[in-house]
Parts: sequence; C-alpha cells; structure tokens
Amino acid sequence: MFYREAGQFKTSYVADQQIFPIAQDRIGMLLILVLAFLVVPAVFSEYWIKAILIPFLIFSLAALGLNILTGYAGQLSLGSAAFMAVGAFASYNFMLRIDGLPILVAFVFGGLSAAAIGIAFGLPSLRIKGFYLAVATLAAQFFIVWALTKFGWFSNYSSSGVITAQEIQIFGFRFLSPESKYLLVLTIVALLALAAKNMVRSSVGRAWMAVRDMDVAAEVIGIRIMHTKLLAFAVSSFYCGVAGALYAYAYIGTVEPEGFNLDLSFKILFMIIIGGVGSIVGAFLGAAFIVLLPIALDVMVQEWLHGILPPSISSNLQLIVFGGLIIFFLIVEPHGLARLWQIAKEKLRLWPFPH
Amino acid sequence: MQFFLEVLIGGLLSGVMYSFVALGFVLIYKASGVFNFAQGAMVFAAALTFVGILEHGVPFWLAFVLAFGVMVLLGALTERIVLRPLVNQPPITLFMATIGLTYVIEGLAQGVWGASVRGLELGIQDEPIEWLMDAANIGVSKFDLFGSGVAALLVALLALFFQHTRIGRALRAVADDHQAALSIGIPLQNIWRIVWAVAGFVALVAGLIWGARNGVSFSLTFTALKALPVLILGGFTSIPGAIVGGLIIGSTEKLAEVYLGEYVGGGIDSWFPYVMALAFLLIRPEGLFGEKHIDRV
Repeated sequence: MFYREAGQFKTSYVADQQIFPIAQDRIGMLLILVLAFLVVPAVFSEYWIKAILIPFLIFSLAALGLNILTGYAGQLSLGSAAFMAVGAFASYNFMLRIDGLPILVAFVFGGLSAAAIGIAFGLPSLRIKGFYLAVATLAAQFFIVWALTKFGWFSNYSSSGVITAQEIQIFGFRFLSPESKYLLVLTIVALLALAAKNMVRSSVGRAWMAVRDMDVAAEVIGIRIMHTKLLAFAVSSFYCGVAGALYAYAYIGTVEPEGFNLDLSFKILFMIIIGGVGSIVGAFLGAAFIVLLPIALDVMVQEWLHGILPPSISSNLQLIVFGGLIIFFLIVEPHGLARLWQIAKEKLRLWPFPH
Repeated sequence: MQFFLEVLIGGLLSGVMYSFVALGFVLIYKASGVFNFAQGAMVFAAALTFVGILEHGVPFWLAFVLAFGVMVLLGALTERIVLRPLVNQPPITLFMATIGLTYVIEGLAQGVWGASVRGLELGIQDEPIEWLMDAANIGVSKFDLFGSGVAALLVALLALFFQHTRIGRALRAVADDHQAALSIGIPLQNIWRIVWAVAGFVALVAGLIWGARNGVSFSLTFTALKALPVLILGGFTSIPGAIVGGLIIGSTEKLAEVYLGEYVGGGIDSWFPYVMALAFLLIRPEGLFGEKHIDRV
C-alpha cells in the first residue's frame, strides 16, 4: 500500500539512473542514515557501540570488499584477513614514520598498500580459476601473516610483535570516546559503500559481472580480462585494507598479525555467503548476522543452559550450532539474506492485494 | 650430501602423510564435485574416536572397526542432511557447507571425547633404521617407512577397488558425468554414500598414522591445510596426483626449511608449499595430473 512506484514517472535520464529509483527507498535510506548518525550514538549504551556496532561496521566494510571480488568479479578468495592485516600494519607504519601525517591519509595509504599487495597476489587469477585460485589465495593469507610476524620492522621491533595503534586525531579533534569513533567509522563505511554501489552499477561493475559469468565470453566481447580482474583485486583489497586499519585504530587498539588468521578470512567469507553473494546490502546483513550470532549464542547458553552443561561442552555446542546454522542457511536460502530482503520488498509492493 | 639425502628422504616420507589427507579430498571431489573442506576435521574425528574407544579397553581391531563404523555413519548423515538438499547448487555453496560441517564435526568430536591431547601407540618406534644407519649413515625413521608402506597399500587397494569392482566402475562413471550415470541407472545417492565412507576410511588411516606421530589433538585439523597445496599441485581429480604432489611438497618443504629458512628467519614451511604450488600452477593451471579444461563460449 505504501511501498509501490505507481505514479512515479521518470522524465529525465538523471531520474532514470538514480541509485534508488523508488521514492520510498530514498526516504527509507535517509531514515536509516539519520538513525545511524543521530539516534544510535544517543540511545545505545557504550557496550553496544564499542563491542557490537563498531565491529559490525568494520566487518561490513571487509565483507563489501570481498563481495566485490567474489560476488561481482567471481574470484573466490580466502585471504581477505591478510589484506586487512596489510591495511592495519601499513597505516601504523605510515603514521609512525611520517611526522604529522593526517590519519585519514594514513588510512588511504594503508588501503593503497593492501591494493598493491592484492594486485600482486591477484596475478595468478589470470591463469587459474575456481578452487585452484581459492587455494592459491591461501598463499597470500599465510605468507603475509608470516612476513608481518617475522620481520620486526613492520611492528617497529616490538618484542611481542604487537602494535599499538596511535590515537585518532583529525584537525585537532581527538577521537577518544566510543561514540566519536563510531561516527568516524560510520562516515567512512557509508562513503565507501556509496562508492561501491556506484562502481557495481557502472561499466566497471558490468565488466566484473561479465567476467564472473563467463570470462571467455567476456573477452570475446572486448572486455580486457587482465585489467578487469586485477582491478577487482585492487579495489577489494583496498576495502579490506581500510577495514583492517579501522579494525586496528577504532576497534581493537592493539593488534598482532596472528589476529588476522584464516578463521577471520572464513568469517568474512561466511558474511557474504549468508548475506548474499553479489549484493551490497548483503554484506551488511551478513556482517550483522555473523557479529551478532556468537553473542546471541553466548547469551542463550548462559541463560538457558547455565549450570546444566559443563563449560567444555557448551563451548563445543557453540561450534556445532554455528556450523549447523551455516549449513541450515545454505540449504534454506542459498542466495542469502539479501534475497529474503528482496522477496520481502516484492511482497510489500503487492500488499495488501496480492492478486 | 648425506645430510641432503637425509633431509630429502625425511621430506618425502612426511610428504606421504600429506598425500593421505589429500587422497580423501580427491576421492570426494572426483565422485561428487564437492570440495570437502571437512576432510581435516574427519581425520581428527576419526583419530579421536579410535583413541576414545581404545581407552575403554576395547581391542585394537574392534576399535578400528567401530571407528570405521562411526565414519561411515558420519558420511551417510552428511549425504542425507547436507548434500542431498544442496544438489544442483553452485560449487562454492557446497564448499561453504563443508566449512560449516567442519565446525560441526570438530564440535561433536570434542564434545563427545573431550579436548585433551592423547597419545596413540601403534607399536612401531620412531627411530632410525639400524642397517641403513650403519651402511650409509643416513637416518630414516622406521615409523615414517611404515607410514609410507601403509600409504602404498592403501593406494593399491583403492586402485583395485576402482578398476575391478562393480562399485568402482559406477564410481568412475559418476565422476565422469553425473547425468549420464543417472540415466543408465546408477544410484547417485548410494555412490555418494560409498565415497564418503571410503573417504572416512582414508581419514581414519591418516588419523591413526598422524596421531601416532604427533599425538591426537586439535592440531590434526591443520593437516588439512597442508593437504591443500598438495591437492592443487597434483590436480583435484587425480589419485596419483595426490601421491606425487605429496612427495614433491613434502620434500621441497623440508629442503627449503633447511637450506633457505635460515636466510629469512625460519618458519617458512607455513607458506612455502603454497607458493611452490602456485609457481607450478602458473605453468600448468590444472595441476600435474588434473583434467585439462577447455572453455567454450
């Protein structure tokens, strides 16, 4: 009744090419942004912002990066956590070694470093495909973590290999409170998400999708395969790198290379699978699911099964439930939460008269 | 030279161990096109189940049979609960499902048998063979040699099974073309169950050998990660590839660690196999023995 495009006529190309062609979508997006920027910092407790919302946004960004590579360009990667590590350590070193470098520039440099490394590890994609490529990206995962651990220069020769992120300061304003960090992360994520949305609906994104669907056919119609694939690796790694920098600076504070292990890579992959492969909104939905699930499981085990089960079993129970839920989701909705969202929207268009 | 030979032989023998795990991957990938990430967890679960049963005073052979029974059951359940509803999904979805399965198997195995590290005694000492030590001054572990013997036997058995039995023929038919196999009346679901059971058997043998060497603990699941470069080196669909790939990865890994490791600070065996396999892939994108894939528009 409220959600339909009837009566909304497009009279110019500009109107036809909007990101959200339906007025209700535009209003909805605006509402979400207003909520996220103004209401959330005022309403939610410090715990929620620090332990749930900030990681949610950061992981959304990483999932967005992986979704560009895997969902849009079709190159399966298992090394996204390593690119996050590159972003985090590169930003740290830029801040450390260049006096007075603005932190946002350091984030961008961190992302660009990750992009450069991403291109290097993306080169095999020109020759190999599918699972062979996925296993090859594991080389990036193990090599980068090893290099960051082994060479003391990256962590400024700290004895434990752990780096402590510098304070975030922009134009003299110090980002100390969780709320201010949240707003900073939110701004960066919103801008990068907008950029991603625009990229995937422009010629770049179409080239990616053509390569994903069939790279030989894409080559035949004149898409430069090398350029397209490497660009996907670069953009994806840039997003992961910035996410990694934010992870270090706005969330954890002190990070070690081992924190960016294969488990984290898998987590990010789960996010895009559960959220929806090849969907921008899916990255956010998937990140929300994966960030909230362990916390929800924790609470449930504490509330319901407290005292009944010994702690060793309850931690294993979490593993089982987590794995089981992933399988369940894949069986019930292989296209992810984004597809459910789409179905809901289509139902809503017809509601309350479905015929 | 002696030292080089010793390192090389040690590497080759440990490569056989990687082949064990890679073998399980290949069997399932060949028959169902599923990249089964849970193979490492299956190795862990099989070894843990075996040791757990053994602790109750059950004789060795019975524990082996029981553990094998558990693996068959696990395979059948996987086929029924996970794979059957996911028929016709893209390979990446199936791959993700097996990652989910990995968590479930690890959680179940540890939940039932506990997470403590256990020793496993097969009755073969991990010490150098004396006459070889005396004659050529090269130390080759008895245990490693025993492990490779078991591997050779296993591969021979599998080859016989695949070449000379009705089920083996059906398995090869399914591997060639699912639809064609279905259309001539081969029961696909049964075949998948059998393949998972065979992979479970391979996992059990691998788990026993690895477990006797390094103890049965959670770290067994990481052996799967070592099997992946073996897999891409040898080709996903080739059993000889898994063996040869394992030998190449095992020996180069050890040689690189000994001769190159000191220049970069050691510990390079975590990534060297991958880079090695990657370099190989640049020359032969489908692995050493993989099927050549021709793209058509």
